[in-house]
Amino acid sequence: MSSENGKRLLETDAGGLNFEATELTLGLPGEPRVTSDGGAKLGSKRGFSETVDLKLGDNNQEVKLGHSLQEAAKSPVSKTQVVGWPPVRGFARRGKKSCKYVKVAVDGAPYLRKVDLEIYNSYQQLLTSLEDMFSCFTIRNYLNEKKIDQVNGIEYMPTYEDKDGDWMLVGDVPWQLMKSSEAVGLGLKTAPKYSSTN
Amino acid sequence: MEPSELKRSKDSPNLDESTRRLSFPDEVLERVLSLLKSHRDRSSVSLVCKDWYNAERWSRTHVFIGNCYSVSPEIVARRFPKIRSVTLKGKPRFSDFNLVPENWGADIHAWLVVFAAKYPFLEELRLKRMAISDESLEFLAVSFPNFKALSLLSCDGFSTNGLAAIATHCKNLTELDIQENGIDDKGGSWLSCFPESFTSLEVLNFANLSSDINFDALERLVGRCKSMRVLKLNRSVSLEQLQRLLVNAPQLAELGTGSFSEELTFRQCVELESALSNCKNMHTLSGLWDAKGIYLPALYPVCTHLTFLNLSYAALRSDELAKLLAHCPRLKRLWVLDTVEDKGLEAVGMNCPLLEELRVFPADLFDEEIIHGVTEAGFVAVSFGCPRLHYVLYFCCQMTNAAVATIVQNCPDFTHFRLCIMNPGQPDHITNEPMDEAFGAVVKTCTKLQRLSVSGRLTDLTFEYIGRYAKNLETLSVAFAGSSDWGMQCVMGGCSKLRKLEIRDCPFGNAALLSGLEKYESMRSLWMSACNVTMNGCRLLAREMPRLNVEVMKEDGSDDSQADKVYVYRSIAGPRRDAPPSVLTL
Repeated sequence: MSSENGKRLLETDAGGLNFEATELTLGLPGEPRVTSDGGAKLGSKRGFSETVDLKLGDNNQEVKLGHSLQEAAKSPVSKTQVVGWPPVRGFARRGKKSCKYVKVAVDGAPYLRKVDLEIYNSYQQLLTSLEDMFSCFTIRNYLNEKKIDQVNGIEYMPTYEDKDGDWMLVGDVPWQLMKSSEAVGLGLKTAPKYSSTN
Repeated sequence: MEPSELKRSKDSPNLDESTRRLSFPDEVLERVLSLLKSHRDRSSVSLVCKDWYNAERWSRTHVFIGNCYSVSPEIVARRFPKIRSVTLKGKPRFSDFNLVPENWGADIHAWLVVFAAKYPFLEELRLKRMAISDESLEFLAVSFPNFKALSLLSCDGFSTNGLAAIATHCKNLTELDIQENGIDDKGGSWLSCFPESFTSLEVLNFANLSSDINFDALERLVGRCKSMRVLKLNRSVSLEQLQRLLVNAPQLAELGTGSFSEELTFRQCVELESALSNCKNMHTLSGLWDAKGIYLPALYPVCTHLTFLNLSYAALRSDELAKLLAHCPRLKRLWVLDTVEDKGLEAVGMNCPLLEELRVFPADLFDEEIIHGVTEAGFVAVSFGCPRLHYVLYFCCQMTNAAVATIVQNCPDFTHFRLCIMNPGQPDHITNEPMDEAFGAVVKTCTKLQRLSVSGRLTDLTFEYIGRYAKNLETLSVAFAGSSDWGMQCVMGGCSKLRKLEIRDCPFGNAALLSGLEKYESMRSLWMSACNVTMNGCRLLAREMPRLNVEVMKEDGSDDSQADKVYVYRSIAGPRRDAPPSVLTL
């Protein structure tokens, strides 16, 4: 694959080093380079038209993985927000696609990401997305104990902080329960030394 | 009932039979009048003569108080000794839209204290826009041993702890209906407070609450309440759980589902559809949060009998709605979100010939979503297919005079016409003219019109039309409209049956306010906010009409002479004593 500015990329399997992961790019580390449909190429250098949409410096940038990345460029007609208008009881609640945003933190990474749990229907989907999001780390897939080649020998365990403030292993409670009430924040913790991968 | 001896002796000063024109014994009159349910009929009856006034007050078991400050609980208790059911409404309607200050009032507690003393056998309490604390709910739960039905709509000030008290103590509860309230949801444990021996519940509506409830407790509750006919779940209840509930409650007449969007196996879908098809009495369906189109076919068996379908929490697309409505030929009432767009409304017109009521609500516009919504085309399409339509609430992004004229030509029987063009002051989007002729057409054609909400760019001409033609109008809502005092004067002078008038952001001033001087005592209330009324105008009104309460709410930083928000209402209880500092009683 090649980025649009023609920069040559090295093969990835030379000695197990993932050169792509170390490629200097705009955007946050771990973002996907190219999507399978050749859509928006986040993270690699881009032409002018793409930088227009790039929210540089926006800490709350949300990457909605799992949806197609072709969000129409929308600028809603600016509606003057008048108090109590339109006159609908509970207006902000109606029809709003529920969204349950949680922050995702990875041990050792200098940034947080935000994901909307509502767009996932199962742990598998969430874990896949997190893997994409943090592709320079490897995440233990608790569901099938997938053996993943590692760069530096450390695997990350997906955990979440429940509403009591305790850190729980992702998968302890059924998906729906975690999604709707439990998860306050997700984390990827380094696995304790004694539970090494086998 | 046991007619008391005492009351009659005072009213019949002499025992000469020939002076008594009415030969009905009081017992018979009371028995006859006890069959009268309509409070307006009862009001008329009470005005006939003193005997009838007394017979009426002794036979009345339900009292409806449209404005809690129009009367005091003591006065009510003195006049009606045998009340078992009370309906009370509190705050002005614009409090639903955050226009009324916090702590404005309408607290139920003083009423409960009087009721506990005078109506210990109270069975039903239905409250709308009242302030209720958990302490009040606890007091209610322990003070009335026969208490049966509690309905709270658009109330605030309480939490789920109050509901726990009701569930714990009300052994004869048949109805718990919690709708659209500002409730502090502290968790779902209240539902587990119903004792295992408790079986009388017929109506349970907790759709408004967001916390998870203990599903096992709910399943057992539904299983043992064999008379349950209305069950409205909250979003935390899953599809799979819904199926389990329905298997034990096929007698349900009204169902509000929980979330309608998890992943189901094929077998689970079949089971759900089967459970629903056993509900032969079901005529009302709501909930359907986050409804995924693929699961809607499970509803088809129920749809054939449905008369009321509330999709206002399911953001359906036009094609999804069309497919569903093809199975709903008997629908009389339909509530949808504007995500269905005009195409969805075309499907309404094509599939629901018996439709009488349509409400189209705006989905949340302030997300970064694609602009959608409905236009005049959708409304027109419905009017062609649904000649029996008489109640409409329609939020749209554009409208034309010609469309409205067509609509009322197709549906001349409107009793409630509430049109909200969402951009304030927007004209006819084709001709760029004001929307005067649209509402002119409505009031000229729809002679039975009782309730009207206007919107769009409107001059005084709209109000001339309303004053001249809307002779049955009782409720009028106006926002961002009119050109001068003359508009409001036309309404006050022409609409003889007007009871409720609410106005915001209109150029109506003191002359307009005072033109209704003679009228306000025959109305329930007047609300005017962000108009041109001054403090002096309000003071004058208060001085001239001592039986009106004139209340002014000032905004921070506004001119001292301006009366930012004015609320005027008739009252036999005098000025209220519980007004917060932000509310001035003149």
